[in-house]
Amino acid sequence: MVFDNKLLPYLLLAPQVAITLVFFFWPGGQAVYQSFLLQDAFGLRQTFVWFENFRTVLSDPLYLDSGGRTLLFSASVTGLSMSAGLLLAVMADRHIRGATAYKTLLMWPYAVAPAVAAVLWLFIFHPSIGVLGQGLRRLGVPWDYKLNGAQAMLLVILAAAWKQVSYNFLFFLAGLQSIQKAVLEAAAIDGAGPSRRFWRIVFPLLSPTTFFLLVVNIVYAFFDTFGVIHALTGGGPGKATETLIYKVYVDGIINLDLGGSSAQSVILLIVVMALTAVQFRYIERRVHYG
Amino acid sequence: MIESRSGTAWLTHLVLAAGVVAFAFPIYMAVIGSTHDAATIGRGSLPLYPGGLAADNYAQAWSEGSGLRVKGVPVARMMLNSLVMAIVIALGKIAVSILSAYAVAFFHFPLRMFFFWMIFVTLMLPVEVRIIPTFKVVSDLGMINTFAGLTIPLIASATATLLFRQFFMTVPDALVEAAKIDGAGPLRFLKEILIPLSRTNIAALFVILFIYGWNQYLWPLLITTSRSMDTIVIGITKMIGTGDAQTDWNLIMATAVLAMLPPVAVVVLMQRWFVKGLVESEK
Repeated sequence: MVFDNKLLPYLLLAPQVAITLVFFFWPGGQAVYQSFLLQDAFGLRQTFVWFENFRTVLSDPLYLDSGGRTLLFSASVTGLSMSAGLLLAVMADRHIRGATAYKTLLMWPYAVAPAVAAVLWLFIFHPSIGVLGQGLRRLGVPWDYKLNGAQAMLLVILAAAWKQVSYNFLFFLAGLQSIQKAVLEAAAIDGAGPSRRFWRIVFPLLSPTTFFLLVVNIVYAFFDTFGVIHALTGGGPGKATETLIYKVYVDGIINLDLGGSSAQSVILLIVVMALTAVQFRYIERRVHYG
Repeated sequence: MIESRSGTAWLTHLVLAAGVVAFAFPIYMAVIGSTHDAATIGRGSLPLYPGGLAADNYAQAWSEGSGLRVKGVPVARMMLNSLVMAIVIALGKIAVSILSAYAVAFFHFPLRMFFFWMIFVTLMLPVEVRIIPTFKVVSDLGMINTFAGLTIPLIASATATLLFRQFFMTVPDALVEAAKIDGAGPLRFLKEILIPLSRTNIAALFVILFIYGWNQYLWPLLITTSRSMDTIVIGITKMIGTGDAQTDWNLIMATAVLAMLPPVAVVVLMQRWFVKGLVESEK
């Protein structure tokens, strides 16, 4: 099974290991190190301050607001895109004419970049030129996501969820297709109706897929939606759509607050580690080799 | 199958059709927007049917970009940037992952599992949580505004390495023994047996990684400051600027359509590999 070569395996690993060291571990270490330093007002001297930056960040009402917003945003994006994906998958799993055509027509939004999805939604919901934005105003809704924070939040949630539905759809469909039909037939013979069969049999059998998608969607909503927010609202109006990731970007790149933004990075790092750990704890349950 | 579903078939079609429309409507409006002139859109009187200016709008966006007041970057240039970035990232990730997975799966050497975990742990270090120090490293290496800076830092891939390792472990021992008896060295075995065997895995992964590379946002936003290095996804949001009614919406929509075309075409045309790659790369 194995080759006996002393040097070759290290050479084979070298490119990837070099990249991880230079662009992952070194900067990751720097982020942790920076988070314990405080820079003076002129950026000339740095002092080691232990957890001062974390204390500042975690007691900053703006940060806590942003955290609350991120939870609302992530829960909405996850809930919306998963339930839409599940509904469409259940429908597409039925034996109807054109099932494969539907599948194709429902999978492609996965390929649209989050930022481009944002541009499409902006064009439709723009208060003065968008088809639906104008429609809402004609109906008497004072629609202007550039002034109204709640409306801005709604729009970024819709744009971010829209793009993610296809992903959930494809995984739910794969999960549904792996459920043995005999189980459902047995339930039907015992007199269980369609809705009872779904909630008592299909949904529990789908739980590994659901759990996996839950983690993936939360990670998506936390980290991959930067483009949606940057392109659509720029975090505004005010700070109405500023999520934690967006705040790291603003504080670090725009406001150049190194210590504060590093502390925020480290907090997010802990979130990612927790999510990944949870995901891999349960991964054995859903091993299927395709 | 179980009950007669003739009564509910129309409902199924209705729900699926509603999903298809909800997905297609934003794209439809972008296509419509790209066939009218900027003034029509700016007045807020965009009709729901196509206009006659498609050729003009796409030609102008393609060769000049948007910008009557400020000189824009031609979409052709930005598409080329995106294409180079997406292909280098996809092929680069596949190449380094095959090599690492090969080392871990077919050799025994000290620190084997240490290196494996080192690659694995990068899953927990997305660029978003190490923005500033990574930017600083790239800038110290003089890689700002270069394709090297855009691509190399993204080329490490824990998921691709895991996927190839998993696949390599299913390769029968007899194959390796046969190759050894025939006098093939490890590199020859990799090149002439293992890589051809991995063809479908490589194709499936390429589709996923091409889309990943094409759709990158935060990283190019940080690494490119010169407009001629803009990728199409970054370029389009720069075109919008403040997003007021006077923007060249017709050109922006033409650009949006062009920006979606390559990744959507890859998904639709390579559908079977796409689904395989998607489901497997997440395990």
